[in-house]
Amino acid sequence: MNKIKCECGHINPEGTVLCEACGKPVEGNQHIDGNDQKKLLNMRYEGSARRSQTYRKSMVDKVWGFFSSVKVGVWLIVLALVASMIGTIFPQEQFIPQNAVSRDPAIYYEDQFGLIGKIYYLLGFHEMYSAWWYLLLLGLIGVSLVICSLDRFIPLYKALKIQKPRRHETFLNRQRFYSESKEVSDAEIEQVKEKLKKQRYKITEQNGHILAEKGRFSRWGPYVNHIGLIIILLAAILRTTPIMFTDEYVWVREGETIVIPGTNGEYYIENKKFHLDLHDPDDERFKDAIEQTGAVASNFQTDAVIYKDANEDIPGAEPELEPILTESIQMNKPAKFDGYTLYQQGYQENEFSSMTFKIHETDDEDAKAIDSFTIDLFNPESEYILDNDFRVVIDQYYPDYYLADDGTPASETNYPRNPAFVLLVYPPDETEPEISFLGIGRNIDATGENEYKIAIQDFDTHYVSGLTLRVDHTLIFFGIGAAIFMIGVIQGMYWQHRRVWIHPKDDGVLLAAHTNKNWFGLSKDIEKAIEQTNIKMVEDRQELDK
Amino acid sequence: MDLVNLSSNMLFAAFILYLIATLFFGATIREKRNKENKKEVAGNIAITITILGFLAQLTYFFTRWIASGHAPLGNMFEFVTFLGMAMVLAFIIIYFMYRLGFLGLFALPIAMLIIAYASMFPTEVAPLVPSLNSYWLWIHVSTVAIGQGILFISFVAGLMYLIKEIDQTKRTKRNTWLEIVMYTLFIVIGFIVITSAFNIAGYKATFEYQDGNQIIETEYHLPAIVSPNNGVLRSENVMEPLFEAPAWMQGEDAGRKFNTVIWSLLTGTLIYGITVLILRKRVAAAIQPLLRGVKADLLDEIMYRAVAIGFPVFTLGGLIFAAIWAQIAWGRFWGWDPKEVWALVTWFFYAAFLHLRLSRGWHGEKSGWLAVVGFGIIMFNLVVVNLVLAGLHSYA
Ligand code: HEM
Repeated sequence: MNKIKCECGHINPEGTVLCEACGKPVEGNQHIDGNDQKKLLNMRYEGSARRSQTYRKSMVDKVWGFFSSVKVGVWLIVLALVASMIGTIFPQEQFIPQNAVSRDPAIYYEDQFGLIGKIYYLLGFHEMYSAWWYLLLLGLIGVSLVICSLDRFIPLYKALKIQKPRRHETFLNRQRFYSESKEVSDAEIEQVKEKLKKQRYKITEQNGHILAEKGRFSRWGPYVNHIGLIIILLAAILRTTPIMFTDEYVWVREGETIVIPGTNGEYYIENKKFHLDLHDPDDERFKDAIEQTGAVASNFQTDAVIYKDANEDIPGAEPELEPILTESIQMNKPAKFDGYTLYQQGYQENEFSSMTFKIHETDDEDAKAIDSFTIDLFNPESEYILDNDFRVVIDQYYPDYYLADDGTPASETNYPRNPAFVLLVYPPDETEPEISFLGIGRNIDATGENEYKIAIQDFDTHYVSGLTLRVDHTLIFFGIGAAIFMIGVIQGMYWQHRRVWIHPKDDGVLLAAHTNKNWFGLSKDIEKAIEQTNIKMVEDRQELDK
Repeated sequence: MDLVNLSSNMLFAAFILYLIATLFFGATIREKRNKENKKEVAGNIAITITILGFLAQLTYFFTRWIASGHAPLGNMFEFVTFLGMAMVLAFIIIYFMYRLGFLGLFALPIAMLIIAYASMFPTEVAPLVPSLNSYWLWIHVSTVAIGQGILFISFVAGLMYLIKEIDQTKRTKRNTWLEIVMYTLFIVIGFIVITSAFNIAGYKATFEYQDGNQIIETEYHLPAIVSPNNGVLRSENVMEPLFEAPAWMQGEDAGRKFNTVIWSLLTGTLIYGITVLILRKRVAAAIQPLLRGVKADLLDEIMYRAVAIGFPVFTLGGLIFAAIWAQIAWGRFWGWDPKEVWALVTWFFYAAFLHLRLSRGWHGEKSGWLAVVGFGIIMFNLVVVNLVLAGLHSYA
């Protein structure tokens, strides 16, 4: 390798722009940081030798060079940003409203938004955030982050460690903050040093050359925050594996006890009661608002008991349920047990639990009940023998009745949302039944010759509570990643790396200073330090773009 | 006087105090050529009044909190008002760092515009829906607002930089774009003026339209230029709509919102037109001489510093606290809801801003434009995403 020996005696690695020890520009390498174009030196990486800028021949070099470029990094970020925006123009597939004409994306987008919607769908923008190329984009940002950070961190670390208080003059007079003063006494320099110390600068000296430095650790901020980001990306990848992440949805009716999916049959939940509370419309505070917008819910809550099956290990055994937790699950107040978390997510109302029917004579105008019976819609019996010797047989039961396309009655689901029956009624001492078809708003006498009629007398409804079960072992990694990210940005943003160089000359001193941000703060520091001395205030020679 | 009344009066007082403070910040230019200490006097009075205004607004916030029993951050009015307060707070902090009174001359009026904008939404104290019923509501929302308030200062400094530095002697692409930014501010003014005018007049017109299989009633408070798609006017003695909203505008109250946009554009354009006629030059060109006494590099520094301070705060509130709350409320810390996506877009954008500045040397004007666009994204998230791309977080 072609090491570069500086006139100060330090040996620099190939590709160095500014000598690591004294800062003297290395001839022939100035184009690397663009120093040949400008009066001021580019101080971003202390002119250290970076792999990406030094080796550019082999394939590996080219890939490395590509990903370590901030230009490429910013392009990736901008692409991800634009893609993310596009994904919000129309709702994503999972947000297609319940009451849409069709929730089938192939129909919905075109129907709702016309041709543009169709194109949106065909390009796959309706599932943008799980599209392979969107994930690839995020992955590439991750790769870029890693390579970019490695490329810069190590050389920067070395350069800052090796730096000497004594700096080459060209290094100093090409700094943004710079002044030359004449007739400065040693006592004055001593005074400046003291004042800098008071402002918590660390002073190092070499033959009268002084380096005052503070906040160097803030230079590591970006690298720390990038590590945080990488951990977050890794956690996101981990999360796609089922061991780390489970997500199940379960509907439980009031009074029902069922196994919780996603727990390998180990846990059961009983829904004791579901509450849907509304804000009191007469509440003085909210009266006006509720009048305008209508009723506002104040609470969704499932009073639940969680059971563990003690016999879960024994194949084929009847479950033996032991209650382990009694909890009122609300929004913002999930139930937690053995690593699982249950969230209140949704509810359904108006599901029927039981219906009571009465029998009356068809001719009876008052429809006076002769007899009555109650059907448990989850556990209907096949036959009901009534007090007055009527016998009712359930011939057909459609829990969720609808008329199929071919005109035959059918049930859409197994849940009693719209129950209907074909009932055979045997009056006392009769062997031939009368046939009735009964449903909500329907009461059909199949033959038109029935002596007795059946009518719905009463019904009970219940709520169905929708709960989500989650297991997410990746949360801890996201948490750690986010915490490291925050530490990194704060470290890099709220502190700054400030350096002041004092360079004695035969008849005076050169003063130069650099900071990575907040030049205003640095100039205040210097003003304070040189008060009442002959040393001139530094001049700000920044070249602002027009 | 009950608490809610006291609360609204305090908000009004804050608004007036900000107005007075702006005038004093204005005086810091006039006295530029006089003695240094005189300038300090005007600046000191101005910042004192600003702080008083801020305290009044804090009183508004906490009395409303006590009155309603929850942090007043639950709807558009409450959130946007809080954002205005966060902007003033950010300005006060930056003022004590740089002592640049000029900044107040620009920051306070825009913050006032935001507060006035907020007041156009229903201001009744509303009950909280179950999903918002969590102390994370105020932790998350207030941190986001403070982050956005600080980023707002970078917008103000960036805008001042652009107004100061962009050549106004002949018409160029750059000063045309700058003028478009100024014009946008006029549209906000237009919205506020026209909405207030018809609100005071108590104008009402009711439409019915069909949405799926429901008939929905919507109430216009501005005369209907455009009616809802398939809407039927139910009120009498009101203006007949000129045309109907296109069929793809179907969201909740899309027709009414579209109508409001048209009115705001018309009114804003009118006010802008009159202003330009009076000034006889572009608005930015007319402001430019005021900024003669300010150093461009100081504006650039403040713009960058505000992003450096605001970015971590925004990340904490808008992404991290948001994720924690979403995890507790819905069991998923991230759901690609439009509001979340736009927080991510904002975050990506400012990350790009920082990288471009640090590594590509985008200083001065380029940074200024980025600061303006960044704040545009924040406002987009506040206005368009809330009102149009409705999602879980939709307030109105
Ligand atoms: C969304 C993802 C990213 C975020 C949030 C992020 C965040 C940051 C932050 C906050 C800084 C400090 C900036 C400052 O101090 O002004 C920084 C610096 C930096 N970032 Fe990133 N970054 C991201 C992606 C990337 C990528 C993809 C690359 C690779 C090209 C990259 C390369 C760098 C470099 C080279 C620095 C400057 C280090 C220095 O000059 O001291 N970043 N990043």
